[in-house]
Amino acid sequence: MTAPSLAKAPPPARGSALGAPSARRKITDRAVQGLVYLAFALAMIPLVSVLWTVVGHGLSRLDPTFFQFSMNGVGGKDAGGGAYHAIIGTLEQVAITTVIAVPIAVLTAVYLVEYGAGSRLARTISFFVDVMTGIPSIVAGLFVLALWLLAVGFGFSGFAGALALTILMIPTVVRATEEMLKLVPSDLREASYALGVPRWRTICFVVLPTALPGVLTGVMLAVARVMGETAPLLLTIFVTKAINTNPFDGPQASLPTFIWDQAADPNQNSIDRAWTGALVLIGIIMLFNLAARLVARRFKPAGR
Amino acid sequence: MAKRIEVSGLHAYYGGVHAIEDISMTIEPRSVTAFIGPSGCGKSTFLRTLNRMHEVIPGAYVEGKVLLDDEDLYASSVDPVAVRRSVGMVFQRPNPFPTMSIYDNVAAGLKLNGVRGKSRLDDIVEESLQGANLWNEVKDRLGKPGAGLSGGQQQRLCIARAIAVQPQVLLMDEPCSALDPISTLAIEDLIAKLKNQYTIVIVTHNMQQAARVSDRTAFFNIAGTGKPGKLIEIDDTSKIFTNPEVKATEDYITGRFG
Repeated sequence: MTAPSLAKAPPPARGSALGAPSARRKITDRAVQGLVYLAFALAMIPLVSVLWTVVGHGLSRLDPTFFQFSMNGVGGKDAGGGAYHAIIGTLEQVAITTVIAVPIAVLTAVYLVEYGAGSRLARTISFFVDVMTGIPSIVAGLFVLALWLLAVGFGFSGFAGALALTILMIPTVVRATEEMLKLVPSDLREASYALGVPRWRTICFVVLPTALPGVLTGVMLAVARVMGETAPLLLTIFVTKAINTNPFDGPQASLPTFIWDQAADPNQNSIDRAWTGALVLIGIIMLFNLAARLVARRFKPAGR
Repeated sequence: MAKRIEVSGLHAYYGGVHAIEDISMTIEPRSVTAFIGPSGCGKSTFLRTLNRMHEVIPGAYVEGKVLLDDEDLYASSVDPVAVRRSVGMVFQRPNPFPTMSIYDNVAAGLKLNGVRGKSRLDDIVEESLQGANLWNEVKDRLGKPGAGLSGGQQQRLCIARAIAVQPQVLLMDEPCSALDPISTLAIEDLIAKLKNQYTIVIVTHNMQQAARVSDRTAFFNIAGTGKPGKLIEIDDTSKIFTNPEVKATEDYITGRFG
């Protein structure tokens, strides 16, 4: 519309181009809004009901004993007993997994984004990372079982479990880090190069810190994912009721396998322990997520 | 500190695309040289060949010679990282490091190149911020994030960051195009001050700015889409703006162009 015709136009009356939105548009707006709320509610139902059930069943055994004792010498029918050995096991296994997987994954992502961009090798790696993302977790467990335990000859251990979890963790962290590195504006890299800063220092001190909050979030999601894995651990850490603080020697427990073990027992006391184990696992993951949020906020780039 | 730049027979390419063709010129020390010309004529590309930033882009390469006081920047023995330390650059969009404070932004070039010592860094940071006419505005909040400053202040912060590593030459790629007139004036005053110490090359789309700040002006043009950019002429700014040798320059400056 040109200026002169606008000036000549009569003041907007009802039904004119500048009038209220049509009834049809209002109805569509309402309908879509309703659909969005409905979808949200539907998505919340399983989430809330899982939390509700786990909290409801798990609270009865959420006592100090649960955190102080293992299941050593405690039978399925007995009351008492705890998941101390399983909590220790899970924390150690996931810590080892993180220590191995995060550096490998972050460096892979750095290669893919900063050095290899578009090269044949980078595309190949990218393809296999995608393939790895789709590996069923039990296959990772079988792989470690076949290679580390059967072929090389090591015994069941927390470390073997960590190796299986590493295979599952690497691809998710690579993907998350890659996306975050791509978001770092190339302006910043150029600004750093223009100061005569070598590429590796630019990556370490400009690119990675800028991407850090996102990378941390990605790592936390991956940690949460592997913390709940059961199948690969059954094949690699085996099952034990006793405390084993050494992740490099002998079978170790973990929360998922503890839950699996206890839930398989028909006695109510065991089933209660399984629920509480699930509650504790959810609690630990939530705590980690919270911690990561806090750290990420601390490093969040200001402005922009 | 300031050094002379002599360019001879310079061609630049992006992969298979010939971006600029056969450029030769001399840029005098302690003076401001402005590059003007239509968009896409290769001014920025040429500017980026002067500190080997051009080759940062995958597939981009350069042929020809750029002498910085008789030393060829493109000699095989020369480290591009060292070149960029002596030829600093300020970009079109202010780009302070978002994770760093004002202080750390200015000190970034030094810290990342391994300069240590708090008192020495303090001195250089203050000196650079004063050099960039920013000290009085930020001296009480050096620990605050650099990205929290206004656009004009951010650009001066970027200039402070560039001069903190004490380069011999300062390249500016349309440093005011994202700024309001007041901030532009602040930057232009700063350029006038900095030229006593540095060799300054500035790319600008603003003809008045070129006329105001520069001693010499180079006009670049392009024969048509897909053709490489060329240097049409370079001369004293007063001559380019009043009595240029080439008709195309006059057409461009007077606005009769395309």
